Amino acid sequence: MNQPRPATRSRRLARWVDDRLGTAYLATKALRKVFPDHWSFMLGELSLYSFVILVVTGVYLTFFFDPSQAESTYRGSYEAMRGVEMTAAYRSALELSFDVRAGLVMRQIHHWAALLFVATMAVHMARVFFTGAFRRPREINWMVGVTLLILAVFNGFAGYSLLDDQLSGTGLRIGYSIALSVPLVGTWLVSLLFGGEFPGPDIIERLYVIHILLVPAVIAALIGVHMAILLRQKHTQFAGPGRAEGNVVGERVWPTYAAKGLGLFFLTTAVLAALGGLAQINPIWIYGPFDPAEVSAASQPDWYMGWLDGAMRLIPPWEVRAFGYEVPNPFFPGAVLPGVTFALLYLWPFLEARFTGDRSEHHLLDRPRDRPVRTAMGVATIAFYGVLFLAGGGDVLSTTFGVSVNAVFQAFRVLLFVLPAASAWVAYRLCRDLAQRDPAPADDGSVAMTALAGVAEDGRDQDDRAGHDGPEAQGQAVGKHH
Amino acid sequence: MRSVRSRLGVLCLVALFMSLAGLLPVRSATPATLSQMTEDGRQLYLRGCSSCHGLDGTGTPSGPSLERSGAASAYYYLSTGRMPLADEAQPRRKPPAYSRAQIDLLVDYVASLGSGPAIPEVHLETGDLAEGGVLYRSNCGPCHTAAGIGGALSYGRAAPSVTPADPVEAAAAIRTGPGQMPVFGPEALSDHEVASIVRYIRFLESPPTPGGAALGGAGPIPEGFVAWIFGVGTLVLAVLWIGKLEGGHGRH
Repeated sequence: MNQPRPATRSRRLARWVDDRLGTAYLATKALRKVFPDHWSFMLGELSLYSFVILVVTGVYLTFFFDPSQAESTYRGSYEAMRGVEMTAAYRSALELSFDVRAGLVMRQIHHWAALLFVATMAVHMARVFFTGAFRRPREINWMVGVTLLILAVFNGFAGYSLLDDQLSGTGLRIGYSIALSVPLVGTWLVSLLFGGEFPGPDIIERLYVIHILLVPAVIAALIGVHMAILLRQKHTQFAGPGRAEGNVVGERVWPTYAAKGLGLFFLTTAVLAALGGLAQINPIWIYGPFDPAEVSAASQPDWYMGWLDGAMRLIPPWEVRAFGYEVPNPFFPGAVLPGVTFALLYLWPFLEARFTGDRSEHHLLDRPRDRPVRTAMGVATIAFYGVLFLAGGGDVLSTTFGVSVNAVFQAFRVLLFVLPAASAWVAYRLCRDLAQRDPAPADDGSVAMTALAGVAEDGRDQDDRAGHDGPEAQGQAVGKHH
Repeated sequence: MRSVRSRLGVLCLVALFMSLAGLLPVRSATPATLSQMTEDGRQLYLRGCSSCHGLDGTGTPSGPSLERSGAASAYYYLSTGRMPLADEAQPRRKPPAYSRAQIDLLVDYVASLGSGPAIPEVHLETGDLAEGGVLYRSNCGPCHTAAGIGGALSYGRAAPSVTPADPVEAAAAIRTGPGQMPVFGPEALSDHEVASIVRYIRFLESPPTPGGAALGGAGPIPEGFVAWIFGVGTLVLAVLWIGKLEGGHGRH
């Protein structure tokens, strides 16, 4: 083992880079990090891999898509649209779907990946919420995560609005009306964004730059920040034998988590490729080119916008006059609701600390059952937005189940308040019963004193939580429970 | 099942008519000029339709007048099984209650009641598919959906699916505007345009699905469910599996 190995070409190259950039130290440090073992800690990776697929497929789409509202006539191979007048954007999206090699499957993988990007983010966020992983010192990373969620939702909307088909145009029309409904600044806002009265001459080109450049760049940067903070703070872990506030017990990034992550990336790619190849999504050739005078029945947004659509459908026809200004109805479901939603998400770590009075550092996670109030509130939140989401498809539910659409919406108006309350109560009782039957394992604080780094008692890899923070922080982390 | 029910409905109507016939003086609505064919149609009408539409087709509180329905309307309602009405909130497509020959007789009789549109002639080959798509999306899609699967209207009513579409039935519906549907007369849509629309509707019966499974054609709602149930479901299973794998490195 101690014999000097022959300097292979790759080894020489690595040494050459290291001599100039000092990369070996950082790489070793990162690869030697211990990552705790729990399947739910890998959910966020699903979003990361979806993002990678989004970038790869998105770049392919940019080679063929023409983000222009110039008048144009379709002459491609889809017979039912031949000779129809349309914008260049819609024409190029049709050509991309029918006449570009692998164009349709790339478009479909891209769209499914967008749905799953946001969905896996929501699942990851639920895990972080229900286990209390957002508590001090991770409030900043929670807020970075909320920002990523908002950007993902916005960029999804911007993306499917580019194609200029009837469905996306209907969505843009609603977005325009919501922006217009904002008091004082609404008119300016829409003329800035759309370049004039709807549909405006500029919106597709502007959304294109926003969709393929600005927002993805910010998302990529924030993912970097998100993961840098994760490395810096080290991952949280559940309490258990040998696990304490002061240590991280699990396995090292190299080779275990590198292999697991690569495997998960392949599986994510496989699922997205299967969906993109086998399940048709957003058949724009059925929707037709956008015409502001038309709208098809059963027009719905993608799922992550569905709760906003549902809110627009459920809200009673209120309009308010304040200080001589009319506040139009779409302002409440379209601007106030998402504003309040995301403000509460941003503020949650601070609100919870305020209500519980618990401002200390936490590296050990809660079991949801041990925090019944938080868990109940989380369940109620999911129920609330779930009802809004279903209401967004109220007309489709009505025809599918043969129920009056009016009855469906009246029922949803009641359910919007009853279901969160009922599910919160059930969740609370379940938590209490489960916790009584199965008390929380105590923090095994003794371990932190003895094993700071290296191998834990049960043979798993272990890092000391505060090692990189200097003696002061280390003392704090180790001494906390004593 | 449906045809049994509709047959039962016919029987009920017949029974109702026979009991009414004993009570009411039958108004003479049979001019001597009626042909034998129309007379046969009238007999069918009296048995199956008159209890709601009146003995002379002028309507009753439970059914509208047929004086302006014309052959087109009668053909549409009878051929798609929407009439006679079963126990339903709005006429629904079901297997026809009458044979082709009986429908012809009834249509002939209803046409004789007043002035209404004749059964439209559709020359599909004269229609243009792409033009039909444009016309369909602006005139029909707003209620029947762009994919033609049907959509909700207010208070329990619904615009039905436009498929499967017999060309004459579809054209008759366009020309007569059954239920809450607007009437598209010759001033609104030329015969050529109707033929184009009918071509597009028949295209929608089995549109090409180059992207794979069509997921019901209802757009983002089923897509969202597939994303969550299949997509997120499979990925969470993958995470569960990979997350539980032992590293092999940590155990000594």
